[in-house]
Amino acid sequence: MATDRRAFFKGIAAAATLTVIPTAAIAREKRTASKDAVGLFYDSTLCIGCKACVVSCKEANDMPADVDGYGGGLYDAPEGLNEYTKNVIQLYRDDAEWSYVKKQCMHCIDPACVGACMLGALHKDERGIVSYDPDKCVGCRYCETVCPFNVPKFEWAKAAPKIVKCELCRHRLAVGKEPACSAVCPRKAVIYGKYADLLDEAHRRLEASPGKYVPKVYGEKDLGGTQVIYLSHVDFEKVGFRFDHQESVPNTQQSVQHGLYKGFAGPIALYAILGAVMFRNRRSEDNDKHESGS
Amino acid sequence: MEAHAQHQPVGGKLDTWPFRILLLLGAIGLMLTAWRFAVGLGASTALSDGYPLGLWIALDVVTGTALACGGYAVALVVYIFNKGKYHPLIRPAILTSALGYTLAGLAVAIDLGRPWNMWKIPIYFWNWNLNSPLLEVALCIMAYVGVLWMELSPAILEKFGIRVPLLEKALMWIIALGLLLPTMHQSSLGTLMMLAGPKLHPLWFTPLLPLLFLVTCLAMGYAIVVFESVFSSMAFHRKPETAMLAVLQKIAVYCGLGFVAARLIDLAVRGKLGYAAHFDLYGIVFWIEMVLWVLPAVMLFASPRVTLGSLFRGAMVIAVAGGLYRFDTYLVAFQPGPGWHYFPSISEMFISIGLISLELAAYVVLVKRFPILGGRRAS
Repeated sequence: MATDRRAFFKGIAAAATLTVIPTAAIAREKRTASKDAVGLFYDSTLCIGCKACVVSCKEANDMPADVDGYGGGLYDAPEGLNEYTKNVIQLYRDDAEWSYVKKQCMHCIDPACVGACMLGALHKDERGIVSYDPDKCVGCRYCETVCPFNVPKFEWAKAAPKIVKCELCRHRLAVGKEPACSAVCPRKAVIYGKYADLLDEAHRRLEASPGKYVPKVYGEKDLGGTQVIYLSHVDFEKVGFRFDHQESVPNTQQSVQHGLYKGFAGPIALYAILGAVMFRNRRSEDNDKHESGS
Repeated sequence: MEAHAQHQPVGGKLDTWPFRILLLLGAIGLMLTAWRFAVGLGASTALSDGYPLGLWIALDVVTGTALACGGYAVALVVYIFNKGKYHPLIRPAILTSALGYTLAGLAVAIDLGRPWNMWKIPIYFWNWNLNSPLLEVALCIMAYVGVLWMELSPAILEKFGIRVPLLEKALMWIIALGLLLPTMHQSSLGTLMMLAGPKLHPLWFTPLLPLLFLVTCLAMGYAIVVFESVFSSMAFHRKPETAMLAVLQKIAVYCGLGFVAARLIDLAVRGKLGYAAHFDLYGIVFWIEMVLWVLPAVMLFASPRVTLGSLFRGAMVIAVAGGLYRFDTYLVAFQPGPGWHYFPSISEMFISIGLISLELAAYVVLVKRFPILGGRRAS
């Protein structure tokens, strides 16, 4: 049995080597925003929490009121993003400080949801807007599993559920309007524009008023960069941004997967090896039979 | 899987009490499934936007298909490592694999929110997102269910005296496919949770996920063959292949030790081993997994004498260890953020129980009526 075991573990070791070596070899190129990239820029010091953007978003996207939260059905008062709400204003408050924060899809430069989606129901268009096409969606909810901002929501109450998320009002952009949230904001706390211009503006404000903000533009580098960027006067973690490492979520997974599946050569080679080994085994089995006269 | 005369139907009557209970549980599961489609996922499950994948995926698909890797694991020994004498173990192993994977497919169809678009996955190849590990898993599992039933078809056709020469000729290539596909999708089930990235606890998130998932499915595959053979030998009075099972068990045990070593070294190299020292849910669950993986080796070395009992216990621990690791990777170690909780609803549980009951009932029917099990009756 000793030799069998040795052969078996040699096989396992070879398989493991085949798995690991290409993985290390293929480093994935870092994604950058396209030159047509558009986005939003939210400045928490300007926001007065009027929630006009929340109402405007619902109107523009034909979303129902969320009456589950307060007032026994009197108010459309979503607590967070959900299947009725693509954009929301939340409040952070502790003993020392407080801040409003706007939540919607971050339109990541290298989005996990797009990497996850089997048939490209979620995809990035030429302006970098993460868009949704229900015809290609099977409702697997893998996008929800992988999104580091917990943005995509699922219509749990419906028999024919869809994924609900901000698509940067691409239907309004198509007719020359800007997104509903930025269009309605009375304080210009959220502005829409070209991604490069938004970044410039954010840095201009940071430099013009040092000490007013946490010295960082959230989304410039975080999780590989997001096309919605933030300035805040309280720590980003406090207003709900859990992660600030610079690597995009799909980077590790796609590096490994591309290592294993580049050009589909790995699986084809493995299939050929398996077939060849079985062919050889069968022939030696036939020979044995001939020799023993059976 | 040529027509070996060594396989025989067990025979005996089907209408027994355990069988009736299985059918009853299956019927409850099917009724609840109808209800799930009538009222939607929100009302029938405890799933949420924080925990969009639940029991059906973590248990029926991710753990269930690993337990259904017996066919893969034994075929590897028989056809690649050329141990023809293990051939009697192949058919029952392929049968449990075929049933287990079919069950996983059904569970997915119940879990999907828009299952009417499911057919587009294999057809719309121009839309395939080749970066998606889920696409890889979906395509592979769909193909593998077909492959498994083709591998099993000689047993079914044999009963009716039908021979399909073309199938017999092609069978070797089908079997090779039956080795390739699980290698791909079982490792991809690990890659799948790599995309949860920062939402997966550092003790579980590693670039080695595909390798760890592949090793666990092999260990669990061998364990389940041992488990099932011992069980069948008792339930259907067959002579157990104790010596062969002992070897498979040993392979499973070594896979487990390899898994533990790979995981600890990986955590140490990437500097995440400190998380294992935290006395929190994750640290505790991590060490339970580790102990469960090492335990069968301890049992093996402590009392090397092989009995049916020792085989059964060892296989059980390995199956539980692997199941727990996979379950943890998908649910326990998944951290969607503050405020989210998940515990499966009663209907989720009974749909899973119903599916598993139907699988077991189908197993009983097939081994009693078709030439699946080794033919030697215990004297």
